[in-house]
Amino acid sequence: MRTYKETFAQLNHPALIPFFVIGDPDFDTSLEIVKAAIDGGADILELGIAFSDPIADGPTIQKADIRALNAGITVEKAKDFIAKVKAYKDIPIGLLMYYNLIFQYGAEKFFADFAKAGTNSVLIADLSIDDVDEIYTPARKAGLDTVFMVTPNTETERAKKIAEKCTGFIYTVSLLGVTGGRDTLSDMIKPLISKLKSITDVPVCVGFGVSKPEHAVELAKAGADGVIIGSRIVKIIEDNLNNKVLIAKEVTKFIKEFKTALS
Amino acid sequence: MKNSGRFGQFGGFYVPEVLIPALEEMENAFYKFYKDEKFTSELDVLYKDYAGRPTPLYYATRFSELVGFKVYIKREDLLHGGAHKVNNCLGQGLLAKYMGKTKLIAETGAGQHGLATSMIGALFGMQTKIFMGAIDVDRQSVNVHKMRLCGAEVISVKGGTETLKDAINEALRYWTANVADTFYLFGTACGPHPYPVIVKHFQSCIGIEARRQCLEKIGKLPDIVTACVGGGSNAIGIFSAFVQDKNVKLVGVEPAGKGIETGKHAAPLNAGKVGILHGTKMYLMQNKEGQILDTESISAGLDYPGVGPEHCYLKDINRAQYVAVKDEDVLNIFDIFTKCEGILPALESSHSLAWVYSQKGKLPVDTTVVVNLSGRGDKDVDIVERNSK
Ligand SMILES: Cc1ncc(COP(=O)(O)O)c(C=O)c1O
Repeated sequence: MRTYKETFAQLNHPALIPFFVIGDPDFDTSLEIVKAAIDGGADILELGIAFSDPIADGPTIQKADIRALNAGITVEKAKDFIAKVKAYKDIPIGLLMYYNLIFQYGAEKFFADFAKAGTNSVLIADLSIDDVDEIYTPARKAGLDTVFMVTPNTETERAKKIAEKCTGFIYTVSLLGVTGGRDTLSDMIKPLISKLKSITDVPVCVGFGVSKPEHAVELAKAGADGVIIGSRIVKIIEDNLNNKVLIAKEVTKFIKEFKTALS
Repeated sequence: MKNSGRFGQFGGFYVPEVLIPALEEMENAFYKFYKDEKFTSELDVLYKDYAGRPTPLYYATRFSELVGFKVYIKREDLLHGGAHKVNNCLGQGLLAKYMGKTKLIAETGAGQHGLATSMIGALFGMQTKIFMGAIDVDRQSVNVHKMRLCGAEVISVKGGTETLKDAINEALRYWTANVADTFYLFGTACGPHPYPVIVKHFQSCIGIEARRQCLEKIGKLPDIVTACVGGGSNAIGIFSAFVQDKNVKLVGVEPAGKGIETGKHAAPLNAGKVGILHGTKMYLMQNKEGQILDTESISAGLDYPGVGPEHCYLKDINRAQYVAVKDEDVLNIFDIFTKCEGILPALESSHSLAWVYSQKGKLPVDTTVVVNLSGRGDKDVDIVERNSK
């Protein structure tokens, strides 16, 4: 199974990491969309399992969660989804989700089952480094890499502690706020990338608000090792719900634009 | 963070990284000021002259006759604003002032916490935003008007269940983007650490007074202390003074809505499972996978799928007992109690009265029960009217 390490080592540009909510707008369409993102040149996938109360997400991803839940997504089905993506292509997959779903499944079993399905890491939006003990050992035991978030208001000493616990990459939040497309990059992100680069060798991947190829280019110049595009790409699904066939084509096109800009 | 914020396995601070510095700042400020002489004397004056503390402990003669044992009422309904919420808002508001914050945000269900926050926003000259589920805006419209009159902005939260849970989601999202200058004045003894500790501290005046008043008035401690439980702030406020008194039975009353067996309720301590939401580990209403379930209760202030971590702990160690009463019994007691005593109880508080009424004829005549009447029912007259046949 392809690892983050191999992926980052082989790329001569920042990794292109689109985010989707598994099962949005429904299981089959979602799978086609994710395949289309792979075809367009995604290097890593960040996938969300829908939660009823996503407090770290803005309206776009909230709506995607609701669509996926209404279409019947479950944790079990999400696992099958990952296996199906892996069968299409061996591409690293990071999960991004909320803690309660893992807690109910049982952390140890969750990590083991999802590692087996082809997951590389599980980032929990509402679990900080302070509670790392609840998940680190079972995640590592299952063979997963670990990923935690750093935000622009994270103190340097704390950022160091977080970096030490990240074996995959550091999910670097570009701004103070929830997920959502933005017109311009926050001015907090460049200093944050520099700070992280000075304290760790772990790849720095930037997410939240990344919406345009220009943003990706700017982040590449600032030293980012990966760019995560969330709400802007999920918006393509929202905008084309009455023409689902079109979504996959639009997603491929959108990813290619980023790829071209970064290459 | 200085402390883990745990009550046994419950509590903690399960929040996105971006909120950690804000919670840390709040924890630091709380421990710096909560025993500070200037802070406490300023708060004491506000409790007394602004809120109207101490509140009386009233012997409900006619209601006692009706149920066949002695019922004392802790009159939090007499406080400025009409509920216990002002205790916490004065405490946290003063903390915000000492921290140099200029903006307040809060969630609200019944509108009582929103109103109390709006009052304090006006009092301290702070810009105030209140998040409230669209359904609650509708069913508690009187309070919405009052909040706006105090100068607060009320944001009606659409989507989700459009009740307290969604108001908290939206307030947390807003806070995430505005952590630097905004103080989130959380309304109940729930949510991430340090809130359960802070809210309990500022509500503990209820229990401290009630315990003293019992000794003065009755010459002994009560046999039972009861309170309604939404997030748990009025209950922990009164329970906390009696927890060490092993002979005092503590009874928390949750909303059974249409009935526990129907699933249409908001009683996680009676029918929930341990889980994580809004930053804390607690009993939670959820499906098998961990998705949060819709709740139902006639009282907006109790309509929440979770409950404060300390109550979860008190339940697990068997120090407190948690029961649930149905909407129909709540409406019934609202009518009975009002006609008996000429006091309109909030629908939230009516839950504890309904439990007391359910004990009619079952307890020895010399039993003394203290009911925390957390708020007045003025805000509920429309709902009661709409629901009376
Ligand atoms: C009068 C009254 N009592 C009780 C509650 C429930 O909150 P808690 O459980 O925090 O006391 C509310 C909440 O709005 C309320 O308005």
